[in-house]
Amino acid sequence: MTRQQTQKIAVAVISTVAGLVVIPILLVILFIVVNGIGAISWEFLTAPPKNGMREGGIMPALVGTIFLTFGTAIAAMPLAIAAAIYLAEYAGDTRLTRWVRLAIVNLAGIPSIVYGLFGLGAFVLYFNFGTSILAGSLTLGIMTLPVVISTAEEAILSVPREFRVVSLSLGATRWQTIRHQVLPHALPGIITGVILGLSRAAGETAPILFTVAAFYVPHLPRSIFDQTMALPYHLYVISTQVPGMPLSNQYGTALVLLLLVLSLTLVATIVRSRMRQRRQW
Amino acid sequence: MEPIISIRNLFFTYKDGTEALKNVSLDIYPNEVFVLFGPARSGKTTLLRLLNRLSDLIEGARIQGTIQFKGQDIFARGVDVTALRRQVSMVFAIPTPLPGSIRDNLTYGLRMAGIRRMSVLEERVERALRQAALWDEVKDRLDESAFALSGGQKQRLCLARSLALEPEVILLDNPTSGLDPLSTGMVEDSLYELKQRYTIIMVPHSVQQAGRVADRAGFLLDGELVEVNRAERLFTSPRDQRTEDYITGRFG
Repeated sequence: MTRQQTQKIAVAVISTVAGLVVIPILLVILFIVVNGIGAISWEFLTAPPKNGMREGGIMPALVGTIFLTFGTAIAAMPLAIAAAIYLAEYAGDTRLTRWVRLAIVNLAGIPSIVYGLFGLGAFVLYFNFGTSILAGSLTLGIMTLPVVISTAEEAILSVPREFRVVSLSLGATRWQTIRHQVLPHALPGIITGVILGLSRAAGETAPILFTVAAFYVPHLPRSIFDQTMALPYHLYVISTQVPGMPLSNQYGTALVLLLLVLSLTLVATIVRSRMRQRRQW
Repeated sequence: MEPIISIRNLFFTYKDGTEALKNVSLDIYPNEVFVLFGPARSGKTTLLRLLNRLSDLIEGARIQGTIQFKGQDIFARGVDVTALRRQVSMVFAIPTPLPGSIRDNLTYGLRMAGIRRMSVLEERVERALRQAALWDEVKDRLDESAFALSGGQKQRLCLARSLALEPEVILLDNPTSGLDPLSTGMVEDSLYELKQRYTIIMVPHSVQQAGRVADRAGFLLDGELVEVNRAERLFTSPRDQRTEDYITGRFG
């Protein structure tokens, strides 16, 4: 076999295998759409569950997940952005920074159920927030920290160094430089990171299991100290805990959750590409 | 006459141990064009950056010796570095507009210093652009992106951006590096006007340029300030053999 033939075969094998990556995601989406589309209706989205959840809609769970997503954003963003600014602009390579980075890497590796138990111990019990949107948002917020911090840091570092030097040379303080030159240009990237983090948080079940999710609440939460239903947990419940549950409802719920998460990812992608277009340098 | 900048026994050592400046002592006088020339990596830019403490950005470097600006040690505790950088203002070799409009660029330093009055900002913008010989070309498009300017215009914009701060000393680090002969001529011509108001310390593009613009000049070689003299003396009858060899093109 000649070298050219080897090359051809290698490329063929590699590209085929790479192509295989697309298959699972397509199958998952197709499967859920085909089975769930029939259940989707206005009533399904806007009515609470009825008859032991076997009928009616998913409105409280949908709204609960939206609340939780916002709560997670509010909990995670200040921490993550502060940490990213510190790491990118101030930290340098010190022992403290190495510990912070190690902590972030390890946060990313912790199983989500452990976050759930941590949230139960820390927020629900120790801080006595109870099973509540507050406790759930904080738990999800901590879970999303690593991805948000690392994308935000990357966004901050991608702002050309010359802009910082020029800003400082014109008599700006370091903070003014960050505030006026770095953050405005890093912001779209930071937002992308936040949204990606949120899209993961929105679909998580384990962290909300003990911290916020309610089996069944027919009404909407009235304060951040209320429990709420949430889509991932609701899906878990109707798939495993409710006998005689119509399959179409389960797939319908899964479809709504999937669309919610995909739309978040889509928004992140749009923000990122618009940022690239608007960039002047 | 009192020097405006006074450097004494200055050593600068990078983190890796490279000695960029060795025992440099130099006085700069008000309203002169002082040209620092020498081969690449001889420490010209390093010395320039020390004068307004942009050298602070170089991590792990060691500085010995003193630099006084108007009699004040610039490395003393409690020195307001931002004020120093407004008074001793740097124009970089590669013109780097900040993202934003031409006007934004010109007012940036002033805004950061807390000057917000529109009338003051407007006046400074126009005066700085006129001094940098850019006003006529951009007066009708001050709100357009600074990135839309040509290379020569960008360099004059960066000069104007420094001038808007009304500094006392302007540091020009090879301000004509990327420019065509016409733009280079414009920048060189503007130096004569500028030195009426400012003190100019410049790293030139070439020995020829040094000869054209300098009142006084200093020859730096491997971090050592070999010779300082009035330009007409230095470029016609240098005292040091190394200076002569460099000027006559025997090396560098």
